[in-house]
Amino acid sequence: MEIYDIIFYLFAAITLLSAFFVVTSRNIVHAAFYLLFTFFGVTGIYVLLGADFVAIVQLIVYVGGILILLIFGVMITNKITQVDIKTGTVHTLPAAIGVGLFTGIVGAVILNTEWRIVDSPMPVATLSTLGEMLLTEYVLIFELLGILLLVALIGAASMARK
Amino acid sequence: MEVTLTHFLIVSTILFCLGIYGIVTRKNAVMVLMGIELILNASNINFVAFSRFGNFGLQGQLIALFVIVLAAAEAAVALAIVLNVYKTFVNVNVDEIDSLRD
Repeated sequence: MEIYDIIFYLFAAITLLSAFFVVTSRNIVHAAFYLLFTFFGVTGIYVLLGADFVAIVQLIVYVGGILILLIFGVMITNKITQVDIKTGTVHTLPAAIGVGLFTGIVGAVILNTEWRIVDSPMPVATLSTLGEMLLTEYVLIFELLGILLLVALIGAASMARK
Repeated sequence: MEVTLTHFLIVSTILFCLGIYGIVTRKNAVMVLMGIELILNASNINFVAFSRFGNFGLQGQLIALFVIVLAAAEAAVALAIVLNVYKTFVNVNVDEIDSLRD
């Protein structure tokens, strides 16, 4: 077993265990902190796949932005003076059975498919290539996403101030 | 057993299903949003994995970046909606917000 495989299993275990605790922990703040470890695990998986820039963006945007936003949402929508912030769950058993079945079916399909894997070398640095693609071939999507972010910013601000 | 595309796909499948489980079972709207983030991360793992093991160049990574941007916009708007729901109903339990049903 190579060191690459060991690191992959480590990051996969971190991701899946903390994701499991995110969806099962009864305390919302604990769930938010487990979500932090999930994002770190996913970042490690991106690095193992040779996507260095995506990994860094994941770290900055998810951990620095979205997670902080979610924690603020928790703080604003619960009375923080009560120490334990609990959340209820509904119909867990049917959901667990359905999701388990779905996981089994999709996993079986993935395991039984003959994937045509192209043996491409690990990309060295993706940043310059991504930047070129972003400003030539995908420039329309790039600009549209800029407008979308502006619209989301204005919309969120005006909705929250009402 | 060498780590290949299948391993990454299995990880993203389990992450996706955990996200679905979180969305279906949680009452608190913020927890539902966390489930959505798990699902978006699972899809991103798929995009980056196919970009690495398929012969597509870096398009998969670029789409993963777009998905991250969409996730940020979605989180901001959704939390503003949750804030308004909290102001109106004083809680954010998605099973109790059913005034449209009456």
